[in-house]
Order: sequence, then structure tokens, then C-alpha cells
Amino acid sequence: MTPIVRAAHVTKRYGDHLALDDVSLDVERGEVVCVIGPSGAGKSTFLRCINRLETIDSGTIELDGELIGYRRMGDVLRPLPQRLLAAQRRKLGMVFQGFNLFPHLTVLENVLEAPLRVIGTPRAVAVAAAERLLQHVGLADKSASYPADLSGGQQQRVAIARALAMQPEVMLFDEPTSALDPELVGEVLAVMRQLAEGGTTMVVVTHEIAFAREAADRVVFMADGQIVEVGPAEAVLAHPTHPRTIAFLEAVL
Amino acid sequence: MTTVHGEPGRVPAVPVVSTGRLGLARVLSPAIVIVVAAALLVAAISNENFQWDVVARYFLSGGILTGLLTTLALTAVSMLIGTALGGVLAIMRLSRHPVTNAAANAYIWFFRGVPLLVQLVFVYNISALYPQLDLNDWLTPNVVAVLAFSLHEAAYMAEIIRSGILSVPKGQHEAASALGMSPWTITRRIVLPQAMRVILPPTANQVISMLKSTSLVSVIAVPDLLYSAQLIYSRSFQTIPLLMVATIWYLIVVSVLSVLQNRIERRVGRGFTRSPQRVSKTSGRGGAA
Ligand SMILES: Nc1ncnc2c1ncn2[C@@H]1O[C@H](COP(=O)(O)OP(=O)(O)OP(=O)(O)O)[C@@H](O)[C@H]1O
Ligand SMILES: [Mg+2]
Repeated sequence: MTPIVRAAHVTKRYGDHLALDDVSLDVERGEVVCVIGPSGAGKSTFLRCINRLETIDSGTIELDGELIGYRRMGDVLRPLPQRLLAAQRRKLGMVFQGFNLFPHLTVLENVLEAPLRVIGTPRAVAVAAAERLLQHVGLADKSASYPADLSGGQQQRVAIARALAMQPEVMLFDEPTSALDPELVGEVLAVMRQLAEGGTTMVVVTHEIAFAREAADRVVFMADGQIVEVGPAEAVLAHPTHPRTIAFLEAVL
Repeated sequence: MTTVHGEPGRVPAVPVVSTGRLGLARVLSPAIVIVVAAALLVAAISNENFQWDVVARYFLSGGILTGLLTTLALTAVSMLIGTALGGVLAIMRLSRHPVTNAAANAYIWFFRGVPLLVQLVFVYNISALYPQLDLNDWLTPNVVAVLAFSLHEAAYMAEIIRSGILSVPKGQHEAASALGMSPWTITRRIVLPQAMRVILPPTANQVISMLKSTSLVSVIAVPDLLYSAQLIYSRSFQTIPLLMVATIWYLIVVSVLSVLQNRIERRVGRGFTRSPQRVSKTSGRGGAA
């Protein structure tokens, strides 16, 4: 079976700076991959390239065998029109470090917006699904609140529910707990752990090594725009082989 | 020391009572305001030159009311067209295309730089520029007025709309894109509603200032509120009372608009400020920590 996400030789530059340097990674269906590494390693950039919030300079990223954000024309890849790109992005859910909830909409409306406007799900069906999701993340009683009235942990859980409402094939998390007060990290990780156990395919950029050890099938260590080491969570975290991984883990643990 | 609850160190605090100059001002200023206002009112009522009976006679007269309607219509239509055109200019200003961008900049530079009265007179005489086009047939004073005000207003609305759109954080765009929303859906459902919070208050100011600016049309003989009053006093020489009629009407309309402005601001602010209940809860938690 083809991997659900296949990144091959991806390169991304910001001016002279090589943010991604020949990055290749396959993610299998149902797999949880945690990406760790020092600041500036290119972790966010890689995640953002996967749903083409960033364009890439060379290489290919495929979702379920289909190029994302580009189409092949002869030997070159041309950017896909916005409309087609939007259709592809439905298959990828994204959770941001800063939550990015829609402040003018209530919690329920935040979760409903995309199913209603993008898929055209009948309202009653969408509401039922949204309420189920909010229940799932433990926020059934907050559906009428506005994001500004929630704690960071609650906001992030709404953001997870909002992404799940599109029934994505892969969930991308970019440091979902980094902006949270320490006492609120646990509630968000608990929701993510549940998702992982439920078989959701996840790519998680995180500094929570304990979470990676527990929930990840594989761990990717990135530094200087490259994937330095990748392997089963236990192997990379407990017995790293590359000196940079060893140094990084020593510093954070 | 013990308190009612018997908790050591928990001393009840008395709220600070303001004293000194500011405290004095707080007591004095209402009194001063009331006295001065009363004096002015008495002076105005007792001054026979105001001719309040004439004011009353004309206040609801047909000529004045028609003038008022013209003023309101002129404001509404010019504002609508100006906002639509301003929206287009704002999008041009936000475009990365240098030519589009420069064109919008030039427009805004011109229409903000030239006084409104000059623009009005200029459009009024535009047929002199192109006599062969025979513009006079449809360039009636009303059309001239709407044209001049809309073109002028568009330059201001462009900047207001642009800053509104720019006020929406990039993350909102990204979150909406990541959910698979099309650019149009993102604009309509995510960006504009949030931009409105920044756009509406200055727009309400624009409406109010447009309402007052429409009085300039008296120079091209459009019978708005002011010009209707002028028409009457040019015959009857009751200048002051008729100016009072116009003044009071302008104040009434502006007051109504201000009330509407407040309502709108409160409505679009929903979700951007914490609701009061929540604020007290968090401050309570902060105090305990
Ligand atoms: N929009 C941008 N313009 C220019 N340079 C950028 C941009 N975004 C990222 N970079 C650079 O690319 C490199 C990788 O950034 P990235 O945000 O992917 O790192 P990261 O691994 O996510 O780090 P962190 O842990 O701090 O989030 C950094 O050196 C960063 O300065
Ligand atoms: Mg990052």
C-alpha cells in the first residue's frame, strides 16, 4: 500500500537560507510520527509544506499518491489553482501553536464553519457531528462561548475539534502545547493521545519528549533543515545514534 | 490581627475615595456645565433675534423636509457608491501587482489631495472639457453631486477598508486555508467579518462627515437642507431662524447616526473582548495566585 504522506527530496529556501534540505519521509496510514529538533531546524516549515501553506522549491509531496498543491506538466511541477488546492487541503487537518480560532464565531460555529461552507453538509448533520466532537474533546458545555472566553487549553481543544470536523486523513500538529501554561498542557495532550490510540494518522511537531515516547510510532529528529535521524520512538529517544540527536536529547531531558 | 473569617493576614480593604484636585473637579464640573448650559439656553430663548416662532413655522415645512430628504439621499447614495469603489481600490492597493497598486495609489493621492469643494465645482464644469460629448443632458446637479462625493469618498474608504483587511492576523487566513476554504469563502466568512470591527467605526464617522459635507452642494444649486433654507431666507430675509432650522436638523440626524454607530460598534465587537463574567473570574484567579 502507498504511504498516506510521501515527501521526497523536498527543498525549501527563504532567500539564501536553506530551510529544508532534501527532506524525505513516508508516513503510513494510522501512524503517529513525532518531529523533534532544535529551534530553526525547519520542523514547522516541513509541516507547512505538507499542506502547502508554504511552496517548495524542489522535490515532491504526495498525499495518498496524489501530488499536493502542484501538478506535473512535462518535467516541471506547476502550482495548482487555489480551488483545487483547497479541495486537497480538506484531507489534511492542521492544528497551530497559536490556536488560530475564528474570534468572531462561537465555539460551535468554529467547528461548523468548514463542514457547512466547504463540504455543504446539511446543517442538522453538521451540528450533530460538531456536538459529538466537542463532547469528545470535553467541551460540550462551551459550544456557545466565544474563543476569547476560553483558556488556552480549551481553545486548543476546540481547534482540534475544528480540524477533525473535516474528517481529514492526516492531522498535522505544529507545537500544539507550546503556547500553553504548563498546567494546561496535559488536557491537550490527553486529547491527542486519544486520537493516536483511535488510529488517526498524525504528524506532530513537539517539544514534549514524554508524549513522543508514549504516543509516537516513529520519531524524526531534524536539525539544520535535514532529517538527521528517524526510527521507532524507543530507538531514537532511548538509544539515539547521531551525535546531534544525543546532544539535543541530553539538553532537553 | 484577625478578621471576620479569622484568617490571619486577610485584612479587609476599604476602596480608595478619590480626593484632591480630580475629586474636586468631579464634583464641580457637573455643576459648572449645568449652570453654563442653562445660561446659554436662557440667552438663546430670550434673544428675540432668533425668532423662534419663525423657526417653528418652517421646521416641518414642505421645502425644508424635501431639502432634508435630498441631503439624506445624497449622503446614502454617495456613501454606498464610495464604499463599493473604495473596496475595489483597497483590493488594488493590497494586490502585489505593481501597476494595479500604483493606479490605486494615484487615485487616492489625487482625491484626498484636492479639496472636496474644488472637486465638486470641477465635476460641475466637466462638460467644458468635453463639449463634443454633450454631457449636460445627464450631468444634472444631482448627478454631479453624487459623482463628486462618491469619487472623493472612495479614496477615504479605500484606506479604511485596507487597514481593516490588514488588521486580520495572517493565522486566520492560514487556519481557514488549512480547512480547505476557498479564497472567496475566506474573504467573506473569515476576513471581512473580522475586518468590520476595524472598518465600521471610521466608516460611521465618514457617514457623519459626508452628511455635513453635502451642504457644499448649495454652490451648484442642489436643493439640499441648507440650500432649501437659503432659498427661503433669500426671499424673506429671516436668515438666522432658517439657519437655526437647518442647524437643528443637522444635529438631530447626526445624533441619530451616533446612536446607531454605538450600537454597531457593540455588535461587531462580539467575541473580541472577554465577556464581563469571564473577566471577573480570571481576575479572581490572578488575585489568588
Ligand atoms: N517566512 C519566513 N521567511 C524567512 N525565513 C523563514 C520563514 N519561516 C521560517 N524561516 C526560517 O527557516 C528556518 C526554519 O524555520 P522553522 O520555523 O521551520 O523552524 P522550527 O524547526 O519550526 O523552529 P521552532 O522550534 O522555533 O518552531 C529558520 O531559520 C527560520 O528563521
Ligand atoms: Mg516551529
